[in-house]
Amino acid sequence: MREPASSNGLWATVRPRQGNLRLWQVGMMVAFFLLWHVFAVPGIVPPFYFDDSSKAAFFFGEPLKVFGRIWEWFSSGDIYAHLWVTLWETFLAFVIGTVSGLVIGLWLALNPIASALCDPYIKALNSMPRVILAPIFSVWFGLDIASKVALGVTLVFFIVFFNVYQGVREVSPTVLANARILGANQRQLLRHVYVPSAMSWVFASLHNSVGLAFVGAVVGEYLGSSRGVGYLILQAEGTFDINTVFAGILVLTAFALVLDYLVTLTEKRLMVWQPRQGETERL
Amino acid sequence: METPGAPALALENITVTFLARDAKDTRYTALKDATLVVAPGEFVSVVGPTGCGKSTLLNVAVGLLEPSAGSVKVFGKTLVGLNHQAGYLFQTEALMPWRTGLDNVTAGLEFRGVAREEAVQRAEDWLARVGLAGHGHRYPHQLSGGMRRRVALAQTLILDPQIILMDEPFSALDIQTRQLMENELLELWSANRKSVVFITHDLEEAISLSDRVVVLSAGPGTHPIGEFAIDLPRPRDVAEIRMTPRFIELHTQIWRAMKDEVLKGYARTRIQ
Repeated sequence: MREPASSNGLWATVRPRQGNLRLWQVGMMVAFFLLWHVFAVPGIVPPFYFDDSSKAAFFFGEPLKVFGRIWEWFSSGDIYAHLWVTLWETFLAFVIGTVSGLVIGLWLALNPIASALCDPYIKALNSMPRVILAPIFSVWFGLDIASKVALGVTLVFFIVFFNVYQGVREVSPTVLANARILGANQRQLLRHVYVPSAMSWVFASLHNSVGLAFVGAVVGEYLGSSRGVGYLILQAEGTFDINTVFAGILVLTAFALVLDYLVTLTEKRLMVWQPRQGETERL
Repeated sequence: METPGAPALALENITVTFLARDAKDTRYTALKDATLVVAPGEFVSVVGPTGCGKSTLLNVAVGLLEPSAGSVKVFGKTLVGLNHQAGYLFQTEALMPWRTGLDNVTAGLEFRGVAREEAVQRAEDWLARVGLAGHGHRYPHQLSGGMRRRVALAQTLILDPQIILMDEPFSALDIQTRQLMENELLELWSANRKSVVFITHDLEEAISLSDRVVVLSAGPGTHPIGEFAIDLPRPRDVAEIRMTPRFIELHTQIWRAMKDEVLKGYARTRIQ
């Protein structure tokens, strides 16, 4: 049995493929917001779960109001101070966590005795749910940005640390022996062999660690602060202003994507030496 | 102190025994009482069946591996630590993948504190000599296997080592590239004669390149079982010299000595 040619032909022209992927992606997003709108705004569809037609909007918010709130934030400029604080915390947590993870990872990987000594403690620290440290950090470092940075650092540090550790372990013994025979001393081996090799692992984990630095900042703000996007969300939640909560989440998501894109750009620039899988052209 | 007239490299009664890491009483003796002496400027090939410890011998000569017994002398001086007179061409990839071809060639000079400008100039010169002029900006993964071998060769030779150790350097190349590179190697070597220890499992390659061929026994407990002087005239073309009667005569002779060991080595691989 053959399908009717007309329906087949239409689907063949619009179905998702390499060329119209972006269009489909945008379409999916629009469809999502449309569905949200239709089901949440009172009066469009009859209530089928809640007994009252305004309850859906109360629990799930309304996309138009959410966008309105975001527009208000950016047009009045209210959000910039908060966004700046959150991004600054993220940046500090990311940099401090990465550098300390790199240094301590290299040090332990190159010192078998020190690494054997610390091994159980590192495992313990890593398996501990570190988010519960947030209240302690608030006590230690106050309600300002330091406690949020500290939380972010504990999250980022271990990712980078384990990747560096692995990276140093995985240095090709032949490359290492070759560099030694070419005359590299310990310091030169570190700089020209161990660090570049570890960096490829660090870059592989960078997407994760930027994300977690962000998580550290927002969770820290959420648990107690006077500024930041996490603080805005906390405030809105206190007054059951679900639209503002969703607006905060959307803004955070957008900036997480921007950060991720920046990492991709840096990675492409710094890792030119890594082979990328090529694709053959279809003629 | 270097002794005048001493051999460039003297491995005397070398025994290497490996202990298994998990079971300390399991031993494997890779080399037993192996002696190999190389004169300055001499090209020596070492042939032997697979897995007979040829690479172990080179690792001892370069100082990466300390022998369990026996001594290593470099120009009459007992070797302690790494052998700084030697260059080593590895069987597998040894280039730093995060450096361009040019930067791989300059690496040794850089480690020795040579100024960047001079190092780059000398490296360009060496890249041209191995036929890679203009390819220095590429990273190893952007080069073909033969090109990577050439970069490795330039990387080693730029330091002008007195002893060049080569561990089956061309075994991963196709036969045509291989013969071209063998000729290039001979040309580079005859321009500036250093001592060469060339490890290979390919008897034809060994004969066509060398002044002397040393045959190793099958492992374990590998040691040299025969030595053959190769009196073929130089300069040689590795492809053409294989047709000469003297080459065939030498090949037959050495093969006769090798055959039993090869069969022993082969039998061992079949049991495992």
